[in-house]
Amino acid sequence: MSHVVRRVLPPLVLGAAGLVLWELVVRLKGIPYYILPGPLLVLRTLVTDWGTLYPSLLVTLAITGAALLVAVVAGVLISILFTQSKLIELGLFPYAVILQVTPIVAIAPLIIIWVKNIPLALLICAWIVAFFPIVSNTTLGLNSADHNLVNLFQLYGASRRQVFWHLRLPGAMPYFLGGLRISGGLALIGAVVAEFVAGTGGAQSGLAYRILESGYTMQIPRMFAALLMITCSGILIFLALTALSHLVLRSWHESAVEREG
Amino acid sequence: MIARLHDVDKIYGNGVVAVRGLSLDVDEGEFLSLLGPSGCGKSTVLRLVAGLGEISGGRIEWPGGGGRPGLPQGDIGFVFQEPTLMPWATVSKNVLLPLKLRGTAAAEAAARTREAIGLVGLDGFEHAYPRQLSGGMKMRVSIARALVTRPRLLLMDEPFASLDEITRFKLDNDLRELWARQRWTVVFVTHSVYESVYLSTRIAVMTGRPGRLASEVKIDAPSPRDDAFRTSSLYNEYCRQVSARLAEATAA
Repeated sequence: MSHVVRRVLPPLVLGAAGLVLWELVVRLKGIPYYILPGPLLVLRTLVTDWGTLYPSLLVTLAITGAALLVAVVAGVLISILFTQSKLIELGLFPYAVILQVTPIVAIAPLIIIWVKNIPLALLICAWIVAFFPIVSNTTLGLNSADHNLVNLFQLYGASRRQVFWHLRLPGAMPYFLGGLRISGGLALIGAVVAEFVAGTGGAQSGLAYRILESGYTMQIPRMFAALLMITCSGILIFLALTALSHLVLRSWHESAVEREG
Repeated sequence: MIARLHDVDKIYGNGVVAVRGLSLDVDEGEFLSLLGPSGCGKSTVLRLVAGLGEISGGRIEWPGGGGRPGLPQGDIGFVFQEPTLMPWATVSKNVLLPLKLRGTAAAEAAARTREAIGLVGLDGFEHAYPRQLSGGMKMRVSIARALVTRPRLLLMDEPFASLDEITRFKLDNDLRELWARQRWTVVFVTHSVYESVYLSTRIAVMTGRPGRLASEVKIDAPSPRDDAFRTSSLYNEYCRQVSARLAEATAA
């Protein structure tokens, strides 16, 4: 119990102090709300504008979730393909890297032009950002099987399939879950960035569009409220994936083992 | 005789000659130790016998079971230097692995797993994960896994080298006692004179790299060996003799 308190209390106190300071500065300096709204006003706006913001949040989260799902399925399949043949890995991996290092903001307009269906275009953008950590980590994990255990499987006449299911796949689990935690946040970022690009083109969708719209119409408190929603979603995604990782690994992996002292 | 190594060479891809012209018979029911300095190719020999890796020259014959490919897989158990357990699997699941890979029926596999865990004295730890076990207990799991197929030949590659001396003595005692009861054939790789004398019925002393057979010593001592044997004059005499042979082999 005290362990939890010690982990949660410091950031909570620090955050609260920051918010109080922010509110005080805004009030004492008389900063107008269209430059910097105080946290109380942002909160009030979140409540009053819930009817507009909440459906947009759902749109953004749907794209994020779908992109993450596709990233997991495609990422794991590609990793498996990589471990089946060194030639495929050597041939394809550079392109996975190229896809990863190309700024999504730069290629999003193209994708949105090419793919007429806006949600699909957004999903593709978010997927491009999210899938690399999964491919890279899972590939590393699948290739990290203990050499002696591979020998042992060989000794007992294990088939390639058995080595894969009983040795490589469970061994890759911690790596995959590590990649998944990174990808969860990236999928959200990818979705929001793509929405921004689509939003400037006039397509209505998601929370990013609400931020753009609020900017155009000087509704700065609403902009902050939308931003708050995106941040909270990111934190929740991270916490959920961390919990999932802990749940899967708690019985055996060092990362999930509770230690005394 | 269970296996005969005939003029076996092993040259690795990088040109290192690990073993040259090694000839050695492994007799049914014996406890044979391969003793030699570090890097003399003892482990390589063991891996070749297990069929892990290609022989560069010579051959290994299996008089009982036909040619090497014809030897049933289950006839060999292998214990590595490290416990080499699957960290995500419980003790039970680790021990069960060889049977699972061979598709043994579930009921029989479960019974044999229980039996093997009992043999190494780990009753009650079936559902523990490797990280919850001490180094010695992990090694016991590894031995149980090697025994679960009821092998005719048990190959052990310095299994206790990384354990503390107290744990090591205990495991030596238990292994020796288990062998006396079950009478499989054991080939045990070690660089400890004392361990090899305590455990073995015969010791093959190897030279430094490239590994060859330097000499053999038969340990003609009573079968139930215990801590009293460790302090006996007979034990000391054998240790002195084997040490001298090892010194000769290393100098040559």
